[in-house]
Amino acid sequence: MYRFKPFLIVAVLTLSAFLTFGCANEKKEAENSQATTEKAEKAETATPKEMQVGFIYVSPIGDAGYSYAHHLGELEAAKLPGVKASHVEAVPEGVDSERVLRNMARKGYKIIFATSFGYMDSVIKVAQEFPDIVFEHCSGFKRAENAGTYFGRMYQARYLTGIVAGSMTKSNKIGYVAAFPIPEVIRGINAFTLGARKANPKAEVRVVWTKTWYDPALEKDAAESLLDAGCDVIAQHQDSPGPQEAAQERGVYSVGYDSDMSSFAPKSHLTSAVWNWAPIYTYIIKGVQNGTWRSEDIWWGMDKGVVGLAPYGDMVPQDVRDKVGAEQAKIEAGHDIVFQGPIKDQAGKVVVPQGETPDDAALLGMTYFVEGVVGTAN
Amino acid sequence: MNFDMVIALLAASVQMGTPILYATLGEILTEKSGVLNLGVEGVMAVSALGAFVVAQATGQPWLGVLAGGACGVFMALLHAVACVVLLGNQVVSGLAVTILGLGLSSFMGQPFIGLSAPGFTPFAFPLLSDIPLVGDVFFRGDALVYLSYLLPFALWFFLQRTRLGLEIRAVGEEPEAALAAGLSAERLRMIATLAGGFLIGMGGAYLSLAYTHLWTNGLSGGRGWIAVALVIFAFWNPQRAIIGAYLFGGVMAFQLRLQATGSHISSSLLLMLPYLLTIVVLAASAARGRGDEAPAGLGVNTAPEE
Repeated sequence: MYRFKPFLIVAVLTLSAFLTFGCANEKKEAENSQATTEKAEKAETATPKEMQVGFIYVSPIGDAGYSYAHHLGELEAAKLPGVKASHVEAVPEGVDSERVLRNMARKGYKIIFATSFGYMDSVIKVAQEFPDIVFEHCSGFKRAENAGTYFGRMYQARYLTGIVAGSMTKSNKIGYVAAFPIPEVIRGINAFTLGARKANPKAEVRVVWTKTWYDPALEKDAAESLLDAGCDVIAQHQDSPGPQEAAQERGVYSVGYDSDMSSFAPKSHLTSAVWNWAPIYTYIIKGVQNGTWRSEDIWWGMDKGVVGLAPYGDMVPQDVRDKVGAEQAKIEAGHDIVFQGPIKDQAGKVVVPQGETPDDAALLGMTYFVEGVVGTAN
Repeated sequence: MNFDMVIALLAASVQMGTPILYATLGEILTEKSGVLNLGVEGVMAVSALGAFVVAQATGQPWLGVLAGGACGVFMALLHAVACVVLLGNQVVSGLAVTILGLGLSSFMGQPFIGLSAPGFTPFAFPLLSDIPLVGDVFFRGDALVYLSYLLPFALWFFLQRTRLGLEIRAVGEEPEAALAAGLSAERLRMIATLAGGFLIGMGGAYLSLAYTHLWTNGLSGGRGWIAVALVIFAFWNPQRAIIGAYLFGGVMAFQLRLQATGSHISSSLLLMLPYLLTIVVLAASAARGRGDEAPAGLGVNTAPEE
């Protein structure tokens, strides 16, 4: 062992460095959460009329993506009179979320927004334990007396970005990097394709599934595979800016998602289909304040401003902006024209007859691709 | 698929294979000394984070690579202390390093998600990139790709043609005989494990600095496990590791491209391809009786000489 002393010393030093670093961080986190708690408690005692509203995010807020978009909504909600908003980020779905929900409920929060699909069962469970607190779950389908659900009609914004992409493509091939083959994503791809083919009947949309929500490396390579196949516009249904990066490196165009992704690819970013949660948050909070709140399923669209487009890149010409503007005006006026029949599926069979539009149940259970999509919906 | 797409596929195979190549070479070096490090996945995850953090803070990608290597050494050190110094079970320790590494990187990395760091970008290698076909596939990568071309040969030379390499192989093959010859198994295994950790760490750095310029949880994405399997595929031969790494990189790149061409095969099946190939490769190498090319002392702990 004698010759090994130096190694052992280094080993012990490293280990202890690791441990201290780890512990220091944990301690900091603990102090942080304590600080917010104390602040929250103080706020409650100082101004008893102020209502505490809590938000739970599945990922760190960062500076783009799904949770970031919710956080922008939280910031708007915090501006309402008599409202004090705070959040916990990076809460894993499952048992951990139950603990966080219960903690918030005990600390006197009056409304708790759980913003990710996987919180669904935890929300219902904790809602039963705290009947006086209002729970709101984003994108789920389980409700209770004191637990409602809310989501936005993202497909409307997808349709408009499809028009932009269809107008800008020269090869008539548009690439779409997609997460999981679930109705929400399929609906978005279909709406995008319908938009693209409205602007350009020759356009086709090629889909590559990555089976990930956030894997920049894989999603970037998926985009590259679409570019290799001749696509010259890249759209995405993922939270990472990987596909945007790929498009900019190849000098082609891209369409983002969640929040404005222009900062990741300023030269290629045409626009993004973005969430704007503020109207829903404002509506729910005001409802609780006025005592008119009831458990319901909110699925709002562009007419209420819940989804929209990020500012256009300079390369989008005026006639394209006008074309999109005309369609946007119809949707904003309350005419949900996206899935207006006739719509054919990939095999050419009419799935929505002329003059009809699918009801919400059909939209929520959509598992087929429309004509113009190249790829499989599974 | 037309000719351009095939070229692009081959080029993507090289890019996707490069992080696996670094990790495989690191694991070959480690295993040659008789130490089995199953922690590759965890080592890569921590290194990818360390490389990203340093590159982001200093703006220097090369410092990031060094940091990635250093993180790899730290993680390998945990394994070496457990197995080489304290003579613990190598399999258990390796699995612990994987779990620790994945957890540590996702905990420490939280503040860095969503940021971007300066990294390596592809450039055409002067002269060589003008060679038809070969140039397009191999010489339009980034600096770390070019570096990875030299490493297998350097590692081969080190193991086969230097005294230290011979000693490391001796300890890996016949620990008792090596001890009798006056070699220190602990010193040599420590050196091989830590140096191997550095190479694995460079593979991790490639993920966050070249492959993409972002950090995210799970960036290693199973590549560490593929590297462990590739060591067997390569029969512990650094040059063969090149073929294995690009083959696996190729399969990953291929399934995405097959989808992009509008194939009607379910994407779930395509995503299984790399792992199916892993099983086939392991079964094939066992069937050909090449499994016994493993260093004879692999996984066997040696008692200290004093």
